[in-house]
Amino acid sequence: MLMQIKKIFKFNGGVHPDGNKAESTHLPIARLPIPKKLVLPLRQHVGNIAKLKVKIGDHVLKGQMIAEADGNISASIHAPTSGKIIKISEEVVPHPSGLPDFCLTLEPDFKDQWIEKKSIQWKKLDSATLIQTLTHSGIVGLGGAVFPTHMKLKINKTQSINTLVINAAECEPFITCDDMLIRERADEIIQGALITQSILNAKHCMIGIEDNKIEAFQSLTKAAKKTSIEIKVVPTIYPSGDAKRLIYLLMGIEVPKEKRSIDLGIQVFNVATVAAIYRYIELGEPSINRIVTVTGNVKTPQNYEVLFGTPLPELIKNADGKETKIDKFIMGGPMMGFDLPSINVPVTKAMNCVIGSSPELFLPPKPVMPCIRCARCADACPVYLQPQELYWFSKSSQLEKAIDYNLFDCIECGCCTYVCPSNIPLVQFYRYAKSEIIAEEKAKEAANTARERNEFRLSRIEREKKERAERNAQKALGAQEKQATDEKKLAISDAIKRVKKNQQENIKNKNE
Amino acid sequence: MNNRSPYIVNAPSVSTIMFKVLLALIPGIALYVYAYGFGVLVNIFLASLTVLLTESTILSIRKLPIKPFIFDGSGLVTAWLLALSIPSIAPWWIIVLGTLLCIIFGKHLYGGLGYNLFNPAMVGYAILLISFPAFMTHWQAPIFLIDGHFAWIDQIKIIFNSQLISKETVDAISSATPLDYIKTQLTLDQPLSRIKQDKIFGFFGGQSLEMINFGYLVGGLYLLKEKIVSWHLPVAFLLTLFLIGLIFNIYQPDTFASPLFQIMSGGSILCAFFIITDPVSAPTTPKGKIYFGIAIALLVFIIRIFGGYPEGIAFAVLFMNICVPLIDSLTQPRVFGHKQ
Repeated sequence: MLMQIKKIFKFNGGVHPDGNKAESTHLPIARLPIPKKLVLPLRQHVGNIAKLKVKIGDHVLKGQMIAEADGNISASIHAPTSGKIIKISEEVVPHPSGLPDFCLTLEPDFKDQWIEKKSIQWKKLDSATLIQTLTHSGIVGLGGAVFPTHMKLKINKTQSINTLVINAAECEPFITCDDMLIRERADEIIQGALITQSILNAKHCMIGIEDNKIEAFQSLTKAAKKTSIEIKVVPTIYPSGDAKRLIYLLMGIEVPKEKRSIDLGIQVFNVATVAAIYRYIELGEPSINRIVTVTGNVKTPQNYEVLFGTPLPELIKNADGKETKIDKFIMGGPMMGFDLPSINVPVTKAMNCVIGSSPELFLPPKPVMPCIRCARCADACPVYLQPQELYWFSKSSQLEKAIDYNLFDCIECGCCTYVCPSNIPLVQFYRYAKSEIIAEEKAKEAANTARERNEFRLSRIEREKKERAERNAQKALGAQEKQATDEKKLAISDAIKRVKKNQQENIKNKNE
Repeated sequence: MNNRSPYIVNAPSVSTIMFKVLLALIPGIALYVYAYGFGVLVNIFLASLTVLLTESTILSIRKLPIKPFIFDGSGLVTAWLLALSIPSIAPWWIIVLGTLLCIIFGKHLYGGLGYNLFNPAMVGYAILLISFPAFMTHWQAPIFLIDGHFAWIDQIKIIFNSQLISKETVDAISSATPLDYIKTQLTLDQPLSRIKQDKIFGFFGGQSLEMINFGYLVGGLYLLKEKIVSWHLPVAFLLTLFLIGLIFNIYQPDTFASPLFQIMSGGSILCAFFIITDPVSAPTTPKGKIYFGIAIALLVFIIRIFGGYPEGIAFAVLFMNICVPLIDSLTQPRVFGHKQ
């Protein structure tokens, strides 16, 4: 049989930043001891905040649901260990806004006592039942998007999934949590991928992995040996891990604007997400922990398996972060991450990497020069936008023009800023323009609603006035009619009287 | 918002780019000096000095930081290109005035670096050419074509004070450019084959001039390799010039010079790699760059052959600069996931 040679489709641009991944892959994934308290934000996912199912003072078991998904786009929260709920309060959460959000504080009893774990016979159940079960798993996209996983498994009857893509690209520099997970637990990923493929009823399943992760590739190949899962190596180029870019690299398919990959019969899951699906279905363990890369300016960069809610200082202490100079912490990678508002935040489902930053590690931005239209940004843009034009329009607040030049197709990957000779923070301009446009839309919507309400009120007043007038007219008419009938009645009675009189007279006459 | 990513950058600075452009001009300049003497260096020096003084003055008037904008190197690129475009024996005030025009009218009146609609060097060149046609068309002959003794001090004398030197000396060392020579001789009904027997012609283009152009070509290839310029502009320009030259040459070889002559004479190579590649005044889209290069080549050819000037680069470039916003908006590439 001929070996089918499969092409890799290269997207426009992309950049090759230094990986800085070796530092955190020397050591195996470590487990952090249970901390003294766990702070669990009720919103660690995209969608509605989870509904509380416990109250202060309740004793909970490890894996017990403590907050339930509210509606479809939401995810449950489970107790990462056994202990007591001691506080329900607003705490600072790891979000760029720095705003506090509702959190549960759990005081562990250090018994680490599981609730009854039930594995699910997934081969005997239909997809609908499995998806329903997974709504209670608390699993969200662990690549960083934190979209509820059960929602991604739900497909319309008209749609059918042809290919399940497992995203193992992990293109951001510094981050190695997926890499280490694959190296150590490739079996879980393959099992998870098979379960997911079966739920989606997908014909094919392929794993896309960058060619700089040789060890991970080998363990995946070994684990996938007896399956039909295809492991495809893609070139190391940032942002290959962006779902739409990965689909293009693997299949040469561009997901059209305003469509999702699912419309084309493709669904993408991160490796850590399918591993979590495996753990929930086969072992009955809900989503209570994740692998976090701790790197940058810490003494021992390493990956940790961390319970959600673990205060970040515990993690940093373990990686010997205190001894070196760190001015701030960055959550995520250096291309798309953000400054943590405080070190006192809990580890959440979205936290794939924490980088101890210092001015030596990430140089302070150089003075900004004018744009010289060199178009290096356009050459680097994986969406093939014209960043120099978008910059011009964003800077001068020509927001309509920015929309015309497809501002909202921008994935904020940062490639343009990375290559800009004038040190212009391009992505920040796009973020600003986007937020301005969204705010404007909202204001317009609010104004529209107010206008509609006012119009409704005016029309109601008008209607009421009319109705009143009609009623009055009706009344007047009624009175007239009554008068008319009275006259008629009178006439009729008169006539009858006359007739009677005549008859009587006739009888009289006859008798006479 | 604490969202300041990306935290890492890997880009050459504006000054690195500009100084690499200057570096790429060195081989051409070296050959220029070899073939024509030191006059060009004097012009480059005067132009550089003028740029530094003018820009510092304007920047301080505009209350802009002087250091970053002086050392971005863009002014020097303009100055050098102008110095290489004018005759090397033009009086000193030509280059000084020209540089002033470039920097003031070509650059800072539009808002400075990044905002100029027109190529600053070509703005200065065009104004000089229209205002002082005699000085601007008075070229020096290559050293080894000059009869008798040639002292480099004569060049300096001509540049700084033309009155001190006899008209005979000036005539002895000056000569028409090949493009100019062909043009005037063709009006005298001479066949091209005879015209080209003149000693000022070399293998492809002008004697010595083709050598300098070869130097610019080496520099241009360096810029391509360093990804300072994209291939679209030089390739589109040179290929078009070659093809149109070829068509006319095949059609009437005794009137229209060979395509290689078109490429290796005048400022074609300098134009292809250094002038039309000025990013600020050129289109940014790949397709736009190709159209821009093609259009300039066509205009250059038309002006050279049918126009009133022997060389048409400055006018072609300036004309096409006006069209850049239009070209850009009409050649937007297809965004990922959008329909064809």
